[in-house]
Amino acid sequence: MLSNDIYVILPELVIVGVAIAALMFGVYSRREQGGNVLTFMALFFVGMGFWVAYRPPVGDTAFDGMFINDGFARFAKVAILWSGAAVLLLARPYLTRLKLLKYEFPVLVALATVGMMMMVSAGDMIALYMGLELQSLALYVIAAFNRDSLKSSEAGLKYFVLGALSSGLLLYGASLVYGFAGTTGFAGISQVITDNGMSMGILFGLVFMAAGIAFKVSAAPFHMWTPDVYEGSPTPVTAFFASAPKVAAMVMLTRLLYDAFGDAMHDWRQLLAILSLASMFIGAVAAIGQTNIKRLMAYSSIGHMGFALMGLAAGNQMGVQYMLIYMSIYVTTNIGVFAFILNMERDGQPVTDIKALGQLSKIQPGRALALAVLMFSLAGIPPLVGFFAKFYVLSAAVDAGLTWLAVAGVIASVIGAFYYLRIVYLMYFGEDADTLNGRMPMLHMAFLGVSAAIMVLGIVNMFGIEGMAASAAASLLN
Amino acid sequence: MNNLLSLITFLPLLGAAVLLILLRGNDEMAQRNAKWIAMGVTVATFLVSLVMLSEFDPGNPDFQMVDQYDWIAGLTYKMGVDGISILFVMLTTLLMPIVIGASWKVEHRVKEYMIAFLLLETLMIGVFCALDLMLFYVFFEAGLIPMFLIIGIWGGKERVYASFKFFLYTLFGSVLMLVAMIYMWTQAGTTDIPTLMQFDFSSAPLDLMGWQIAGGAQMLLFLAFFASFAVKMPMWPVHTWLPDAHVQAPTAGSVVLAAILLKMGGYGFLRFSLPMFPVASFMMQDFIFFLSVAAIILTSLIALMQEDMKKLIAYSSIAHMGFVTMGIFAFNKQGLDGAIFQMISHGFVSGALFLGVGIIYDRMHTRQIEAYGGLVIRMPVYALFFMLFTMANVGLPGTSGFIGEFLTLVGAFQANTWVAAGATTGVILSAAYALWLYRRVVFGDLVKESLKTITDMSMREKSLMVPLLFATILLGVMPGLVLDLIGPSVNALMDNFNAATAHLIDATAVVAH
Repeated sequence: MLSNDIYVILPELVIVGVAIAALMFGVYSRREQGGNVLTFMALFFVGMGFWVAYRPPVGDTAFDGMFINDGFARFAKVAILWSGAAVLLLARPYLTRLKLLKYEFPVLVALATVGMMMMVSAGDMIALYMGLELQSLALYVIAAFNRDSLKSSEAGLKYFVLGALSSGLLLYGASLVYGFAGTTGFAGISQVITDNGMSMGILFGLVFMAAGIAFKVSAAPFHMWTPDVYEGSPTPVTAFFASAPKVAAMVMLTRLLYDAFGDAMHDWRQLLAILSLASMFIGAVAAIGQTNIKRLMAYSSIGHMGFALMGLAAGNQMGVQYMLIYMSIYVTTNIGVFAFILNMERDGQPVTDIKALGQLSKIQPGRALALAVLMFSLAGIPPLVGFFAKFYVLSAAVDAGLTWLAVAGVIASVIGAFYYLRIVYLMYFGEDADTLNGRMPMLHMAFLGVSAAIMVLGIVNMFGIEGMAASAAASLLN
Repeated sequence: MNNLLSLITFLPLLGAAVLLILLRGNDEMAQRNAKWIAMGVTVATFLVSLVMLSEFDPGNPDFQMVDQYDWIAGLTYKMGVDGISILFVMLTTLLMPIVIGASWKVEHRVKEYMIAFLLLETLMIGVFCALDLMLFYVFFEAGLIPMFLIIGIWGGKERVYASFKFFLYTLFGSVLMLVAMIYMWTQAGTTDIPTLMQFDFSSAPLDLMGWQIAGGAQMLLFLAFFASFAVKMPMWPVHTWLPDAHVQAPTAGSVVLAAILLKMGGYGFLRFSLPMFPVASFMMQDFIFFLSVAAIILTSLIALMQEDMKKLIAYSSIAHMGFVTMGIFAFNKQGLDGAIFQMISHGFVSGALFLGVGIIYDRMHTRQIEAYGGLVIRMPVYALFFMLFTMANVGLPGTSGFIGEFLTLVGAFQANTWVAAGATTGVILSAAYALWLYRRVVFGDLVKESLKTITDMSMREKSLMVPLLFATILLGVMPGLVLDLIGPSVNALMDNFNAATAHLIDATAVVAH
């Protein structure tokens, strides 16, 4: 039923179509249309998010299981689309200032987004790789988008080389799995494991694939690219890296592990526990010495991926649900933080040194307060929502008997609290610094304020995300 | 089901929100408004808490005025008070107006200052009212944020170091408790504190990576909670954050810290460790006794040698908290009564002492003992107040300090004579450092040039001290006010504890014969 298959992947096709149309429009337009294309694309993403979330049920699979559109995928797609839209909206003023507002940017973001939507829906290793590469190639280009900047070019190149390496690892693992299982479909692999048990070849393949994906989620010890790429890329691109692609890769990893290797849970749980442990500690310890806020956020994201992986390592439905909640909260917080970072500037020049935040609360009390709330939330201090994010994954881990990992996680979170606190300290009682004097656009103010407000008000009922994540997780496991 | 407790808890938060959102500007007018709003809110909270006290039935050992709603993640929002916690709530609501009054001279970021204190009040009351494990943890930990900012923004010279040390030290203590709480949740299937108090956590010996853990899961849970409460209390040897925090915090911050925040540790022992992990508590008795006596003697000796008044009182607080832990782990009625009484009494006395230091610090901008001397000549009223509170700190009969120390010593004596004997030397030492401090600051000749123009206490300062003095003397002569209130709850706690540890006592008795 080809027509039905097409109908299932309609949202992806529409985005591809719009992206290509936007490209054509940009090419043939007489004037530079970057701003218009960007705003249009952002609003389009918002609309697409609603469509994906609320379109009538269309069947869960297409193309013989290569494409899976269950509740789990839809949850991730909405998160990806909306965080992508937020980042696009945040990007406009910054790119305008740096004269980087070209129409290619939103087009590339759109293509990366399609790639991510493909990743989270992949039910077959070929589909998975296709989505991953579409996403990655678009991301390599936007990392180097500020081509006159040495650091941006370096970031793009570094990302490309290491990304290619990780794709290679992934492909190698996939081919091993294919060789030993005789199929690339997740369902088929799962069947082979159920029937014949876990062969050494499949185990090797699983490890290589997990390592490749760990690169993408920047989990330690495969995190090395993250600080450099975060630092070098234009800040809106960094914001994008820190949000949607992380969700996509994490969700893809989840689906791969549960759908294809569900019966080998015992094997991959250890693997994830180690990745989680290493990420939490490297994210916490290595960030202490950072003075560049983008690098700091890079290590912060490594640490947070460690916590999200802890949810996965629990290996049950609760763990998946809590991982989804964790990622949603993490992305929401990050968008607020990057709305702030995008406006760290002095006399029109972007500033990334955290010392520049000295005594900010005196000059811009509102901004400082919002950032302080976000920092406490990232540190996981109650009563902010960031604490509950950690609480969820910790409870999943304890429930699954991984108490040692939970203990390690909370110790890492205390170490990590130091550098989040340092930002609060600088803003409220640090030494005076040269003033940041950028004017913050209303839109950015709104993103920052809303993000901080969510961190405070979310404790009442989490805005109902629990139920959505629960049904998403249930749809993956059934 | 009524919402009185939630009202008391969140009234200050509402005040903080009003200040944050509605109060604009930073001129003198706005500053004055901020102070008066904060004062009004704290006084209103106190008045509402009096209503709570009048509605409380002291004969009933159960939790009363329970307020319950479903919350996220399968947790519940559940508030309630029993005879023990209602006292701490009253202590908090009574002290907060005094704390705000003590901050009347603050000029730097007044609005934020008041917001921080109001926020802190909500969180402190919440700790004592929470009847859900996670709700308790949220209130317990969230207090770190305003306190971090209070020390950091309005603190002294070394405030950065002190604020980070305070935050990370106490956070580290608490996160292990978080994991323990989650574990309890998975074991018992509920986070409801009254249910958990009846739940029997396994105390069968446990093998952990080759280590034989006597007391099993209960012991591990006890240790995790102990890490948190011992740091908060603070018990020797994890007390080192307290002197730093006290010295650097502004006067009002010190008062809150000493009078209320430290009590959370003791309250935690009473609410969690004893009822939920009785076997482990029983097994750890000697260990806690050792730490308590060590704290009483060592920190008293350290206090003797301090040159900074705030540091001296901080160390004396640690010593007094040693009496509290000793009383709690005596596992008898006198010990528990004494420990609770000591905490309430110490709330008034140490609060007043820190206020007293603040009063002369405001005038002279130094806390060095050697900078003072002969204050009685210029400040007779101050000398009187300071003397009475010094005496209460020493534990003079007739003041509340005596009842607490005496009862804990009686309790400890029944449990272990040597412990009581050791702790009693602490009473002597406390007289030594307190009286010596008083002599050096208040008596002697007024020779220092700078002190010759110092003025006595103002009306505002007197009005802050009077209620504290009143409470100290009242509880000293009528301890029944407190003891009757806590009696049924303490009895219930003891009954549960004795039932849970009866087999252990039998076992020791058999060995002894």
